[in-house]
Amino acid sequence: MSSIVIYTILSLSGLGAAAAVILYMAARKFKVYEDPRIDEVEEVLPGANCGGCGYPGCRAFAEAVVKAEDLSEFYCPVGGNETMQQVAEILGQEIEEKEPQVAVVRCAGSFENAPAITRYDGPASCAIESMLYSGETGCPYACLGKGDCVEACDFEAIFMNEQTGLPYVIDHNCTACGACVEACPRDIIELRKRNKKDRKIYVACVNQDKGALTRKACRVGCIGCGKCVKVCPFDAITLENSLAYIDPVKCKLCRKCVAVCPTNSILEVGFPPRRKKAKEKSESVQSESKGEN
Amino acid sequence: MKRAYRMNMLKTFTKGGVHPPENKLSGNKPIEKLGLPKQVSIPIAQHIGAPSTPVVNKKDKVKAGDIIAKSQGFVSSNIHASVSGTVSKVGEVMDTSGFRKPAVIINVEDDEWNDSIDTSSDIIRNISYSSQEIVDKILEAGIVGMGGATFPSHVKLSVPEGKKIDTLVINGVECEPYLTSDHRVMLERTEEMLIGVKLIKKALGVDRVLIGIERNKPDAVDHITNFVSEEEGMEVYPLKVKYPQGGEKQLIKALLDREVPSGGLPLDVGVVVHNVGTALAVYEALQKNKPLIERVVTVTGKSLSKPSNFMVRIGTPVKDLIEAAGGLPEDTGKIVSGGPMMGKALNSLDVPVVKGTSGILVIPEREAHRAEEFNCIRCGKCVDVCPMGLEPYLLKQLARLERYEECEENAIMDCMECGSCSFTCPARVPLLDYIRFGKTNVSQLIRNRKQK
Repeated sequence: MSSIVIYTILSLSGLGAAAAVILYMAARKFKVYEDPRIDEVEEVLPGANCGGCGYPGCRAFAEAVVKAEDLSEFYCPVGGNETMQQVAEILGQEIEEKEPQVAVVRCAGSFENAPAITRYDGPASCAIESMLYSGETGCPYACLGKGDCVEACDFEAIFMNEQTGLPYVIDHNCTACGACVEACPRDIIELRKRNKKDRKIYVACVNQDKGALTRKACRVGCIGCGKCVKVCPFDAITLENSLAYIDPVKCKLCRKCVAVCPTNSILEVGFPPRRKKAKEKSESVQSESKGEN
Repeated sequence: MKRAYRMNMLKTFTKGGVHPPENKLSGNKPIEKLGLPKQVSIPIAQHIGAPSTPVVNKKDKVKAGDIIAKSQGFVSSNIHASVSGTVSKVGEVMDTSGFRKPAVIINVEDDEWNDSIDTSSDIIRNISYSSQEIVDKILEAGIVGMGGATFPSHVKLSVPEGKKIDTLVINGVECEPYLTSDHRVMLERTEEMLIGVKLIKKALGVDRVLIGIERNKPDAVDHITNFVSEEEGMEVYPLKVKYPQGGEKQLIKALLDREVPSGGLPLDVGVVVHNVGTALAVYEALQKNKPLIERVVTVTGKSLSKPSNFMVRIGTPVKDLIEAAGGLPEDTGKIVSGGPMMGKALNSLDVPVVKGTSGILVIPEREAHRAEEFNCIRCGKCVDVCPMGLEPYLLKQLARLERYEECEENAIMDCMECGSCSFTCPARVPLLDYIRFGKTNVSQLIRNRKQK
């Protein structure tokens, strides 16, 4: 009886020892060197695997960062400057701080402002609808409202507003990963500089048609009148193809352009209500610019 | 031929196909000349390939038949003024998709024609051109495939070296429900059309011509058979009624039992296919010196008071056609350019008739909308009916998941968008919408690969 026990122990430990030797040799032979910093970098990344940095997942980003000599090309939009600072510390490099950004929907063609003139029956996808035709409203640049951007967002930062049929960005959740920008077939969503208290001034229109056509299709479309360009004291507004664009970096949020816009295409978000004085002032600006004409 | 008719051994293609209700409401309505509109808008891109460049300016006087836009490159086509008058502007006009596209807009004044055009109705039978002259003339006259694909015709007639063509197939199938423009051309312009066929035959240097016509047009079959009975090398075949027999690959399979390889052209099996409307345009271009400036358009619909076939100048707004056919019915739900299977819904009635407009279909509200979509039940009906032997349910799913490489492996580019799959699906899954989406992305993929 005891011999069975002894043989069993001996043979199993023999097998174990042999296997250990083989595994050890194999491990030596097929060893792959991996930079330990990759793990460290991955540790500090948010782990959302959103692809906002341009790499397929956080691990791939970490590998690329460790290999790279210069960090200026890399940016994790989700973690922001804080994360990039940590990454730079691990790699012993210095980085410049980047401006935080937020997604902005540049269309105000709600059901009321740009009523539908046709009905679309196809699959609920902006990509498919935009391939087929100009959309339900009269504006061939407008938001189609099928929510491709909502589907693309990994951070629950964008939702369709049932009342307007337009997507609505929750600034607090938005990480500026750019997934919605990519998903929008009409290039309506733009990443703009994030201002203090999430204040925003932007042209909520991308219609490049001439004024009369835009006006016909939508009540709040930019008609390219150029009043905002004249009134802007910082040269932040440019006019191209009958469409005004406010440079988010140059804009100092003075709100002068909002007051002069005849179609209310320029939106101000997050500001306290205007005091009466400011209103009068802006009106005088308006009359001045008229005088110039 | 007569024998085949009697013995019920009608030819057709083998793979797939569906039988949508025919609804050929305007089949017995003779072609009427539509009055001139007040203004025409002639888009400069009415064909597949490079858009043409306008050669007229604002305030220029033009006569019908004058060239207004020159073709750019080999796969492109000339555009001619379809009316006489003054160019009001070189601007934009809405196309079928609702986007604005460049166009020449002409205010109509009188009806003067370019002096070189023979406007008499005499039929000129004598063919005095060499094959190269025929191709050059077709290029000059801006003729494109009139079946709807609008591929420039001279390209199809310029056979690349190393390819041998033995058969010319003339497509008189008109398998799309409702449409009757080809039917009327075959009945009323038979002789002219057949002279056009002879011209194409000469340009290609082939001996054999097969004319395929679906059996639902027995008058056209008989009529054309009488005309060609004495011609050598011309045969007329009545075909079983099945959609999409008018697709060139399906027609070749039906008539010659040859299969065009995946990604290939009819040229690869020694065949060239032309539509009967194109043949008529070729006749007019060569024998009458008249460029492609008008075409037959079917205006039809169940609630329309007067479904008709009109001879329409290119650039006429669609609303004029509907007005002439008895006005827009009250219960209109959708207006489609083309047939119900492959046509495109229109956004606006200001869209002009172009070279590829074979019909305008007014669909009543009760039939205009899609039924609610349910889950795919894997019945495989879409696979059964696909005339190209594809698997629509799979392609749809792959396209939806953006797996475009796999779409390409599964031959998505062979799809000709006939819509048989969506038509037959019992769960009303919008298969074709997704497949078309996949095709767009796969062709983008292929283009990117070529650039590298």
